[in-house]
Amino acid sequence: MEDIRNFSIIAHIDHGKSTLADRLILKTGVCDLRTYKDQMLDNMDIERERGITIKSQAISLPYQAKDGKTYSLNLIDTPGHVDFSYEVSRSLASCEGVLLLIDAAQGVQAQTLANLYLALEHDLEIIPVINKIDLPSADVDRVLEQIDVELGLDPDTHLKCSAKEGTGIEEILEAVVQRIPPPTGDALAPLAALIFDAHYDSFRGTVIHCRVFDGTVKAGDTIRFMFNDSVYRVEEVGHFLLTRQKRERLTAGEVGYIIAGVKTVADVGIGDTITLEERPCAKPLPGFKEIKPVVFASIYPIASDDYEDLAVALEKYKLNDAAFVYEKDSSVALGQGFRCGFLGLLHLDIVQERLEREYDLSIILSVPSVRYRFTLKDGTVEYVDNPSHYPNVMAIEKSEEPYIRASMMMPDRYLGAVMSLCIEKRGVNSNLHYTSPGRAELTFEMPLSEVIYDFYDRFKSVTQGYGSFDYDIIDYRESHLVLLDILVNGEKVDALSQIVHRERARARGVQACDRLREEIPRQMFKIAIQGAIGGEIISRSTISAFRKDVTAKCYGGDISRKRKLLEKQKQGKKRMKMIGSVSIPQSAFLAVLKSDTD
Amino acid sequence: MVSEESSAAGLYVHIPFCRSRCAYCDFCSVTDTGLIERFLDALCTEIDACPKEFERFDTIYMGGGTPSLLSLRQIKALLEKIYHAFLVLPDSEITIEVNPADWGRDDLVALRDLGINRISVGVQSLDEKELVFLGRRHSSRQAMRTMEDAVVAGFTNMSVDLIYGLPGQTFSRWQDSLAGVLRFGPAHLSCYELELKPHTPLGLQYERGELEPRTEDSLRDFFMRTSLFLEDAGYLHYEISSFAAGMDKASRHNRKYWDHTPYLGLGPSAHSFRGGRRWWNHSSLIDYLRDLSAARQPVSGSEDLDQGQLRLEAWFLGLRTRKGIDLQQYRRRFCCDLLEEKGPLLKEWETAGLVEIADGFIRPTRAGMAVADSLALL
Repeated sequence: MEDIRNFSIIAHIDHGKSTLADRLILKTGVCDLRTYKDQMLDNMDIERERGITIKSQAISLPYQAKDGKTYSLNLIDTPGHVDFSYEVSRSLASCEGVLLLIDAAQGVQAQTLANLYLALEHDLEIIPVINKIDLPSADVDRVLEQIDVELGLDPDTHLKCSAKEGTGIEEILEAVVQRIPPPTGDALAPLAALIFDAHYDSFRGTVIHCRVFDGTVKAGDTIRFMFNDSVYRVEEVGHFLLTRQKRERLTAGEVGYIIAGVKTVADVGIGDTITLEERPCAKPLPGFKEIKPVVFASIYPIASDDYEDLAVALEKYKLNDAAFVYEKDSSVALGQGFRCGFLGLLHLDIVQERLEREYDLSIILSVPSVRYRFTLKDGTVEYVDNPSHYPNVMAIEKSEEPYIRASMMMPDRYLGAVMSLCIEKRGVNSNLHYTSPGRAELTFEMPLSEVIYDFYDRFKSVTQGYGSFDYDIIDYRESHLVLLDILVNGEKVDALSQIVHRERARARGVQACDRLREEIPRQMFKIAIQGAIGGEIISRSTISAFRKDVTAKCYGGDISRKRKLLEKQKQGKKRMKMIGSVSIPQSAFLAVLKSDTD
Repeated sequence: MVSEESSAAGLYVHIPFCRSRCAYCDFCSVTDTGLIERFLDALCTEIDACPKEFERFDTIYMGGGTPSLLSLRQIKALLEKIYHAFLVLPDSEITIEVNPADWGRDDLVALRDLGINRISVGVQSLDEKELVFLGRRHSSRQAMRTMEDAVVAGFTNMSVDLIYGLPGQTFSRWQDSLAGVLRFGPAHLSCYELELKPHTPLGLQYERGELEPRTEDSLRDFFMRTSLFLEDAGYLHYEISSFAAGMDKASRHNRKYWDHTPYLGLGPSAHSFRGGRRWWNHSSLIDYLRDLSAARQPVSGSEDLDQGQLRLEAWFLGLRTRKGIDLQQYRRRFCCDLLEEKGPLLKEWETAGLVEIADGFIRPTRAGMAVADSLALL
């Protein structure tokens, strides 16, 4: 165990986490330049394009240190978005230390601080690393002062590097060996291993990523997931190098994988504890939470012929995303589809993009909703996350919506703007304290529906990116709810319906009509868009008919250019849904949720 | 929609020189007239080396650029080269584009002697301020003089190019230009809407916010009223931008572009089409000269159109012409019945007054032509 180090890299977005990870991998010689792929750890297309890590990954780096000994350095990557903060906390729980990466030009940013707090919560050794020192705008002295004052860390402990140019990498690896403590644990005690991730392999089924705290696990063992209360027989254990490397056993302190004939990743709870059926540990490792979807939306194929393909795609997708849930649904306007649950709006975005990209599907998403609770006059309780299942108004005794506790950290100069944003979003019971001079932590209790609306975008914008935000769902609270319908040329489009707070209804109705007017392209006839509650029209907008193209000449035989333009536009039209005789673009369905301020 | 490979083909020759660039133009042209001789040599090389499967031509179109920058001697040599190299049928339509003030009356008479029987005069406007705005290098008087000369020289088939929809232009000012041109009795008019294209001086002014583009409503108004005005004057609005004094005066050459008849394009940026394949020359004169001097075809790209692409072209090109889409021919070419496939949609258009469906044709109305591109998407 003395030769193992388990660590993560944490950083604000774009501070160079993936580039540093690549450097460490190259330096330790796990792979050579030939097999080196840019940003090895983020191996999904979307991750590389958006520059964010969605799923956590792990890799073992064999490293021969200056003391002559060879160490096994386990680098555990962490996802970088609030929708996935629980996964981050499980990854950090598997480490003894972190590299806290700070951009030499940008200095300490919101996510730096938020990540630091997470690391402190897990009592981890923290090594501040100043990256991008090769930049002309690098200001190392200023960053050192921030490390001292804002982060409260000893600035003398810092390291400097340029991950891009590959300088300072050796020093980082030495510091990991010297300063991050080796794992502790008892290899002879009953098995206790923490699941921090899982992925699906089409040949082997679910591959469980875990950190063993106590005991040993090997092929042939019968293991138990303590919270899921299920039992499997281990087929294979091993380490992550660039690929999976089979090993005889995993013992206390090690990070690796277990394959045990688990069918889907949904059968594995992130944060669950694995123990041995015959000799279980006394209690599970702390911190387990069941991941529950909090945002719901329906997915429909744009072409109804694609329904079967969509069904197959969802089934496959689900294999690899435990947090995603779905069931059959149908809409009057959009036909057969699926009702799906997501961790948050980013998660929803990612699912949509992956379905379109990896499965080549054109899909429509209905307006996202949270799950409401209705108590009916006959005493029954109904949970409704789909506006089309809104109960009969006359039968409702009490309506309730989920509340969260939002915790936000920011430089105090943004406090005023954030407070008024939270109050606008029906926030109550605020609490304020200063974490360090100039830096404030603000908590508010708010309806979750307001947060999925456009809160995160606006929060980032009012704090100019310096704010960090996290939330927990706390309880259901009574609320005056109504069902807002949208009519296009007099036809109700159920996929655009929303459940909203009574006081919000008019503003939302106006906003939805305005946004739809912007999103729906003009067509050959006039289109009327109306917002309605019950039978009452509360808002309206009109899209005038389209009556004139640019009558460009088609001259000199260059018909190809014109045709290619049309082909491109036709491709765009495929992403529209015909409702009655009106083509509604995919973007319209999400746009009704966004406010004018973004 | 005739598309038989046996139909006589069209020959286009691009003369890529202009004395100065007009403010709206993004066509291929250079102002270094010192290269003209080299270009003409290269053109002869291209003619000698070009594919032989084009058997017969019944139209020749010399466009540009500004063909009237060439001397009569050069035009003569070029046409003789063409007559020598290709089979040009009797009664072919032979057009040349002419800029006002380049050639005098005697030159135009000489053109007729070379067999040129159609002249296209780039008037664009008869308003002095508009001509300056467009960056034209001639005056309104010079334009009228050239039209008059063409008529006197015996060109009974004269076409005139005009541009409308300039920022701030009133319809009555536009109508003045139209009426001024009609006095010369042109057989054909091409009325183009001004487009503010990127990389042109006007496009750049627009990008910098110095030009207020016209609203869609006002452009539609211009389009509809122009059509009515010219139809009152006896012209057929036979294609989105084209008007003819009788169908026999419609451009035989342009029609080939619209109905998949084969055509051969010579000179930089010229496009050719034959047997479902379209190819095009380099648009840079330098690249064009370089390839020909190395005895290479100056082709920069090509594509083989599949049935779907041919179909899309037939559809959108058909919707741009008053003759419309011949349903029977469409069925024969593409094995699909448009009425069956798009019946309800076509009915909707018909109700909205955008098309007429009669006598086995789908024809765009005036209002339909105004949105032909959008209709083509549906």
